[in-house]
Amino acid sequence: MAEVKPKPKLNKKAVEMAKQEPKVRAKNFSEVALGYNEAEAQEEASRCLQCPKPQCTTGCPVEVPIPGFIKLLREKKYDQAILLIKTKNALPAVCGRVCPQEVQCQSKCVVGKMGEPLSIGRLERFLADWERDNGYALPPKEAPTGKKVAIVGAGPAGLTAAADLVKLGHEITMFEALHVGGGVLSYGIPEFRLPKAIVQNEVSYIQNLGVDLRLGNLVGRIHTIPELMKNGYDAVFIGSGAGLPQFTGCGGENLGGIYSANEFLIRVNLMKAFQFPDYDTPIRIGKHVVVIGGGNVAMDCARSSMRLGAEVCLLYRRSRAELPARHEEVENAEEEGLVCKFLGAPVEFYGDESGWVKSMKCIAMELTEPDAKGRRGVKEVPGSEFTMDVDTVIIAIGQTPNPIIQRTTDGLQSDPRHGTICVNEVGKTSLDGVYAGGDVATGAATVISAMGAGKRAAKAMHEYLMNKK
Amino acid sequence: MTKKELAPKIKMFEVEAPDVAAKSQAGQFLIVINGKEGERIPLTITGYDTAKGTVSFAFHEVGKTTKALGLLNQGESIDNITGPLGNPSEVKNFGKVLCVGGSVMIAPLLLQAKAMKAAGNNVTTILGARTKEFIMMEDEAKRYSDKVYVATDDGSVGYKGLDFLKDLLKKEKFDRCVVMGPVILMKDVSEITKPYGIPTIVTLTPIMIDGMGMCGVCRVTVGGKMLFGCVDGPEFDGHQTDFDQLILRQRTMLPEERLSSILWEMRGGCKCGRS
Repeated sequence: MAEVKPKPKLNKKAVEMAKQEPKVRAKNFSEVALGYNEAEAQEEASRCLQCPKPQCTTGCPVEVPIPGFIKLLREKKYDQAILLIKTKNALPAVCGRVCPQEVQCQSKCVVGKMGEPLSIGRLERFLADWERDNGYALPPKEAPTGKKVAIVGAGPAGLTAAADLVKLGHEITMFEALHVGGGVLSYGIPEFRLPKAIVQNEVSYIQNLGVDLRLGNLVGRIHTIPELMKNGYDAVFIGSGAGLPQFTGCGGENLGGIYSANEFLIRVNLMKAFQFPDYDTPIRIGKHVVVIGGGNVAMDCARSSMRLGAEVCLLYRRSRAELPARHEEVENAEEEGLVCKFLGAPVEFYGDESGWVKSMKCIAMELTEPDAKGRRGVKEVPGSEFTMDVDTVIIAIGQTPNPIIQRTTDGLQSDPRHGTICVNEVGKTSLDGVYAGGDVATGAATVISAMGAGKRAAKAMHEYLMNKK
Repeated sequence: MTKKELAPKIKMFEVEAPDVAAKSQAGQFLIVINGKEGERIPLTITGYDTAKGTVSFAFHEVGKTTKALGLLNQGESIDNITGPLGNPSEVKNFGKVLCVGGSVMIAPLLLQAKAMKAAGNNVTTILGARTKEFIMMEDEAKRYSDKVYVATDDGSVGYKGLDFLKDLLKKEKFDRCVVMGPVILMKDVSEITKPYGIPTIVTLTPIMIDGMGMCGVCRVTVGGKMLFGCVDGPEFDGHQTDFDQLILRQRTMLPEERLSSILWEMRGGCKCGRS
């Protein structure tokens, strides 16, 4: 069939995706973005130029064949389109929602040079949602190789590596320390951005591919990596994430009402504290919440706090231009009522007689000249201290890898400063047959970069396994 | 799962979990989840049997979660048990060891007393509680100890309060002291042993969620440093621990805990109709 040439008059504007109104959504935990309907998806897909040398794919860390799936989408072959995505990306419903497409595939899109780039993420999401409503088909699997692989951590890196390796015919056991799979997709990213039913659907897809998922099984405590290798596993992939929260080191940080972003998000997302007391885990949030930090995690904490009824102020030590969070997330948060206070940092926290935080001293910061990497540093403005009244403080200034595996694995090289496991470009660690990827190797980054690492490691592990006698 | 009542409202469960049992050691803990809406509750291991593949833990029914857990019947299963978590106790021949346990924590303390005895120590055990009813496992204590003392807050059995400990330390020399129990007991014992320079190890029980270093709610101050109860502990130097901060941090969710418990009682104590 001849390819339908795009109409000569290209629509420079992307088709908008419906969202819940800010005033409404700021009070509920339902998903903010509602997704395209079929007509919208078709209209948006018609903007694709079907470039003979597509640039978009080069921007995708997992190399999704973008023009190919869009062509199938236009032909309304939705089942084939999603299968094509899944040859490269095992978690399209997740990626369609939380990938920073604006700096990846969409930043390379040729349409973007003339107007708004094609909304690739929204189209991916449309197909993933279509599949969830219409049932999925399992892709073909290679004949069993007889090789056994252990995957540590059921987050984005581990799920991706598991999916790729199981399709290649290896026997996969995935160990997850928490009582649900998904890793950061379950405990970190809030319901209103990534519904947990969707995460569980993606996890069960991986299980249906034949992966044996063992929950509540903390590697390092039940089995160590050397024990796994001794007990019949031919290779191990470590994708245990960056779960250890960082604190500011300011005085009074152990007062009640001061949460790490991880504690706050684990309570709200994983343990569903927003449904307390129907769920047993509580969260206490006062009227005035200060979130310290400027990344996506900080935005997630701020937006969750607003949904729990608080007025939220974001305290970030650099300026708006340096905010590491996705632009879209900042915009969403501000629409919902977030107040940002730039160029400020905490100095000390003060509590009431019951040990609950009641105010905090801050100091103004100023930007210094950019360093070699172009990132601007900050320094305190002497004498600029000011005090804010607060009921809750959430510290979202980053996470480092959990040290349990590094401490219990002899010979596994890790970076003494950041606690990350040292790997080469394909994810191989200092131990033979042991690979790692995602936040545990890079420090806290994005879902898709972890998936990319899982993918590269899976490829290298496959080669290793097939060459191993 | 088999179930035993040790004292009023204090129950001990022995559950089948061979992987967990195979790796458990004295001093470590488990995260137990009961029900789809349940919390993750940290409970210190009170025993393990690698041959049977079982691990046990004890709990005091104080809030909704522990009360509901206590309603589980013999033979039923628990949704999720994760462990062993935390670092094992340091067990070796120290010489003369003083083990002090308070109420529900008597059960895990005796696991450690047993290990200390097996390592060749001379073990003196003190069982403490508010009142007579909560003094439990005296027979086991005698089995693993060279000497056992009993003390209660109200003096209803054994010594009244901890004054006798001060006298004991004047007469006898101990090389190590381990304390498991309410924070106030650990604090008091640590203060009593400090002038004698007896290394005193306390098992801290801050609020925990994941129990493996992710959330940081269990942070404690020991020796002026912020440490995590779950991955750095749960055992710490009692002479360096900021107990007052721990007490405040343990109480941060009290109103919510009470609300949860009251609502649960109002709904008949159990949503699923089990008697």
